[in-house]
Amino acid sequence: MSTVSTELETAIAAARKQLDEHTYETVQWHFHPSTGSPFWLAKAKELGFDPLTEIRTYDDLKKFPAFEDDWLRGGPIERWRPKGLDGKPTFVFETGGTTGIPKSRMVVEDHRTDYELFSATLPDQYFPKGSNWLMLGPSGPRRLRLSVEHLCQFRGGICFCIDLDPRWVIKLIKKGWMEHLEEYKKHCIEQALTILSANHNIKCMFATPKLLEGLCNALEERGQSFADTGITGIFSGGTEFTPQWTRFCIEEFFGGPPEVSGIYMTPTYGNTLMGLACSKPVTAAEGYKISYYAPQPRAVTEVVDFDDTNRVVGYGETGRVKLTTLTKEFFVPGFLERDEGERERPFETYPWDGVSGVRPFHRLASSTTVGVY
Amino acid sequence: MLRIPVVRWGKPYESLETQKVVHFLTGEPIAEVDQANGGLVSRDLRKADHARKVLRSIPVADLVSRIKEAGKLFATATLPLGNGTQTPDQFVHQQSATTGLPEQMCRNNMKKNSFVMENIDTILDALTRGLDLNILAKGYGTESRGVVVSYQCQTPVLGAVLPSNSPGVHTLWIPVIALQLGLVLKPGSQEPWTAYRVASAFQQAGIPAEVFSLYPGGHDVGGAILSGCRRAMIFGGEKTIQQYAGNPRVQVHGPGYSKILLGDDKVDQWEKYLDMMVESIFSNGGRSCINASSVWASRHTEEIAAALAERLGPIEAKGPTDPDAGLAAFTVEGTGKAIFEMLQNDLRESGVTDCTAPYGPRLVEHERCSYLRPMIAHAASPACAIATKEFMFPFATVVKCPQDKMIESIGYTLVGSAITENGGWIDQLSEATNIDRLNIGPIPTNRLNWLQPHEGNLTEFLFKSRAYQIAESTLVHA
Repeated sequence: MSTVSTELETAIAAARKQLDEHTYETVQWHFHPSTGSPFWLAKAKELGFDPLTEIRTYDDLKKFPAFEDDWLRGGPIERWRPKGLDGKPTFVFETGGTTGIPKSRMVVEDHRTDYELFSATLPDQYFPKGSNWLMLGPSGPRRLRLSVEHLCQFRGGICFCIDLDPRWVIKLIKKGWMEHLEEYKKHCIEQALTILSANHNIKCMFATPKLLEGLCNALEERGQSFADTGITGIFSGGTEFTPQWTRFCIEEFFGGPPEVSGIYMTPTYGNTLMGLACSKPVTAAEGYKISYYAPQPRAVTEVVDFDDTNRVVGYGETGRVKLTTLTKEFFVPGFLERDEGERERPFETYPWDGVSGVRPFHRLASSTTVGVY
Repeated sequence: MLRIPVVRWGKPYESLETQKVVHFLTGEPIAEVDQANGGLVSRDLRKADHARKVLRSIPVADLVSRIKEAGKLFATATLPLGNGTQTPDQFVHQQSATTGLPEQMCRNNMKKNSFVMENIDTILDALTRGLDLNILAKGYGTESRGVVVSYQCQTPVLGAVLPSNSPGVHTLWIPVIALQLGLVLKPGSQEPWTAYRVASAFQQAGIPAEVFSLYPGGHDVGGAILSGCRRAMIFGGEKTIQQYAGNPRVQVHGPGYSKILLGDDKVDQWEKYLDMMVESIFSNGGRSCINASSVWASRHTEEIAAALAERLGPIEAKGPTDPDAGLAAFTVEGTGKAIFEMLQNDLRESGVTDCTAPYGPRLVEHERCSYLRPMIAHAASPACAIATKEFMFPFATVVKCPQDKMIESIGYTLVGSAITENGGWIDQLSEATNIDRLNIGPIPTNRLNWLQPHEGNLTEFLFKSRAYQIAESTLVHA
């Protein structure tokens, strides 16, 4: 049985208090007629309770029905913009959309805030301030592309990007055109190799696991190693980022852990709705276990019972990942992700719950296309 | 517990991800199998040339004698397996426990695999149509008739994505080592046993470990093998066949739609062939691509269907250790029921009769598995959807069809046994391109002559015949 230090207990209580206060303020903002969004003001009339008076703590959010991401399909997009943000320059980021109408999320500054907070978690030794970045991930109307560019700029660098259309990638998979898929992957990797060969002092990168693997393979086929690129800091993400994959990458492509190879890789977990959850440092000593912690109080991840989704499972137990977003721009009171994992305990850096072993939700796994780019 | 590692060119590799293979009836774990990731396979495949180099350094005659020895070891010896060992009896028990196949069927499949190894010289002689194996080894040579021939090897290794439900198919890739190509295998998730035991037997018989890679794992591992090996085989369903159709690098093995065709000259004596029909439908639990899934005739079809139903209908599902067990269990939850419901739709079609209905319920469900007892249907015409269906249990449709419409109506047929002495029809059958293996006469579809190629000749898949001219003056030194 594990024990919790007094300091940690205090930190957990303080974080919870902050979350309750932040929840109250966020709900007041989104449901007050002078500041709320047309969507939530209209929705309030169907709820059967008054969020302004009845939501005082985080636990009170259970009164809301589960957030349906289908609500995000179609317009007008302005219905999601809180009146309190009228007149601010607004972005729209999309997710899905291979066929049919994609889900859209409006953003003013959330993506910048999320990635500035994330920046503080990156070790400068491996992600040197002022160095340039390569964004080896999706382009187009994706939050990730602008966010990575902002992260790089925030840290004083310039970000190089490739063209990658994930909707086409999903179509290739669904059509079974695996040779085309392979060629498209090569096309993306070639773009990266070209940028890396052009003397731009690139030291950091974002890459999806598949593309990072493809890049490492392509380098080795040319008689080079990943270390030859000069990149020392990588951030990556997705359910394919498993302990075994991490170990494989570190041992075989990088040549060892950061202190030996000089290459540091950190996994992240997130999406357009939530933002970005950071990972505890991943080490061989802990079996390359990957545990994610959401940027509370702006976002919360919980691990809930598969059938009773208002019940958080015990520590170490398996459940479905439930996301809550609480920013002035966007309010999501409990969205059931397409992923499952194990509930993790708070620790000093993140005195709130985390989630480990994230993988596609087993009841939906066969219909989910993962790791497409 | 027995732990079975990934094998990377002969070296065991323990993964951070493992999967337990469990007993299909009790759920008791039988072994813990390490799981590879696709990237690991792709990276290893860059060293595939080394496997061929190692095998080419061993004279073919030596390889052949070592493989013959391996065949004996496979059938009789206690062999290393993961962190333990495995006796032949344990192999049979473990395979049955995780696949749902009765032990007696596992024993028969074991015999098939050891037969191929112990008779590798004869089988290679048949596969190569009598070519001196040294010509394949060297790449060129002079045939007995004095002509220079050359065979260009298309790949240093053969990749294979193996099934969980049919341990007999391993005979297809076993000859590869004798052809001096390495093996890159993804064992079936429920049936890792054969691939590991064959590799172990080979190694004990003196084949270098570094020519084998075994990668248990998920779909990404299969994908990496198929995209990374210049020649690979995969076992799967209709969807898999369509996905790889026309891909010269991939040989796909799927449903066989094997059939018995009764000619008008013999159909009036159909009772004489009843045993042969029963064997073709029922052997190996009806699981093989070489089991007959339909019987075609122009008349007496109702009587044939009724007689087959009378023979097969009463067969009961028995436990895996029962020596009389003839049916294999469906070990994946819901599979038996899903197939049964699919069949009910087909049986409702006009012109279709369920002939085994009088012999009791077909679907037998247990807590962790299910069985389907044999089913025989009658179709009044080839237009009925059920006429060309195939399932993984003893199932067949007797189809009424005029003889002159049969060849065009039967569709793809892996094994066609045509019972006829009509020379004109035999000629048409021989010319038909939709029949792969053709048997003329009452030969059960499941009885394969090992000296005949199966679903495409392995040597033609792995080697390309090409021109190779040598100047007269050089020939003497070549």
